[in-house]
Amino acid sequence: MSKQENTENKKFSIWDLPDVPMGQLPPHLQLQRTRVVCKADAPIHTDNIIYSGAYASMGIDNSVHLGSFRDNFKVEVIRLTKDDMEFDMIGIDAAIANSFRRILISELPTMAIEKVLIANNTSLIQDEVLSHRLGLIPISADPRLFEYLSANDTPNEKNTIVFKLHVRCKRGEPRRTVYSEELKWLPNGSEFIKESEKVDTKPSTYTSFTCSQDSLQNSSSKPIGPAEDKIILAKLGPGQEIELEAHAVKGIGKTHAKWSPVATAWYRMLPEVVLLEDVEDETAEELKKKCPVNVFDIEDIGNGKKRATVARPRACTLCRECIRGEEWDKRVALRRVKDHFIFTIESAGALPPEVLFPEAVKILEDKCERVITELS
Amino acid sequence: MELGSLQDPSKATFSFVDEDHTLANAVRFSLNQDPRVSFCGYSIPHPSDARVNIRVQTTGDPAREVLKDGCQNLMLMCQHVRSIFDKAVDDCRKNNHMEMETSIDD
Ligand code: SF4
Repeated sequence: MSKQENTENKKFSIWDLPDVPMGQLPPHLQLQRTRVVCKADAPIHTDNIIYSGAYASMGIDNSVHLGSFRDNFKVEVIRLTKDDMEFDMIGIDAAIANSFRRILISELPTMAIEKVLIANNTSLIQDEVLSHRLGLIPISADPRLFEYLSANDTPNEKNTIVFKLHVRCKRGEPRRTVYSEELKWLPNGSEFIKESEKVDTKPSTYTSFTCSQDSLQNSSSKPIGPAEDKIILAKLGPGQEIELEAHAVKGIGKTHAKWSPVATAWYRMLPEVVLLEDVEDETAEELKKKCPVNVFDIEDIGNGKKRATVARPRACTLCRECIRGEEWDKRVALRRVKDHFIFTIESAGALPPEVLFPEAVKILEDKCERVITELS
Repeated sequence: MELGSLQDPSKATFSFVDEDHTLANAVRFSLNQDPRVSFCGYSIPHPSDARVNIRVQTTGDPAREVLKDGCQNLMLMCQHVRSIFDKAVDDCRKNNHMEMETSIDD
């Protein structure tokens, strides 16, 4: 060991370190707790420190009390249209945000066609393929108005929606396309008569409706039917015909993706781009050029000097282009805010997105309630 | 289902049927935030079994009660999220409405 190092070692004492005020984390730990730092090769500090006593030795309480959660939690709606929305959810842990996302995708019920009774199909498309296509059509019907159909239930007005499709392409006519709008809703239930051996009994159909569904009202003004009009179901050549009845029932996305109420639902953490030192003149130009989504701007600071600024951090896709190459990771830091989620929901059409989200939250509440009642 | 010892109620494993990461991870989060919990984790023993095991060890209180409190907390959090979300959507609607009105005026 050289003499100089030796003296340095001697001089260094823990008592000389600046005091960290009690009740406050030192900056590097605070960074580790609240940000994911994206390095050129891989992100670091990706885990959430959720254990309440993680910083107990520093006199810091890491637990989240309901009160502080209530004070800090914020929602901001960025975009809201008929079938998609984007909003910011601030002050919540990834564990819970992820639960909401998972529920949106796989545990929110919707109505989808589950049974298809085919009376006639002379088209090119096979019965099973056609049925599968029918199943995937999003149905605009409020699932909260219906009950689940269990194995030994009879289909009735509370658990089944019946659609009819009867299309024909006459001989001599050009080929035609069958669209989802041609599915006609039958509020009085099935019209197909069941074959029965006893001739004297009243003819029964495949459903037993006691009253019409006419009174059922969707939350939107749209009547019950396919959510989109122009979904292609099949193509018919001259002389071909399809006659069928489709029965839609309630289900969840876990059973089959056709019951998923969202095209997709996802979130990303808010990007944070920080310039660690002043980036000026040519380097500033270079930096601006590096970014493919134009996160950086250039401002004049007088004397003909220019400086780079971070203008649109939200647009950052985290491509890490700006920290590639020599020295650049010393100038720019890419981070993500751990408790700020940019949540996007794309509804498939059964319910509008601003209704889907509270419904998902309700399902998580129900789950908790179930656990509580089971344990008491 | 709860598995633990009769002598020491402060440690127990709870097994939930028909649940998965959705509930277990959220509950794990809310339990870890509770200062009475010394350890909490969950596992799914087999992916084709719809079952999840949650292990709770506390500093003394009965694990069952602490788990119940954790769920209660999570529920209250959810209710708060819902009310804030609805308010944000209403605000957004109102703003859009105002913008539309001003654009008509223009
Ligand atoms: S990571 Fe990519 S998108 Fe983000 S600021 Fe850097 S260059 Fe731009």
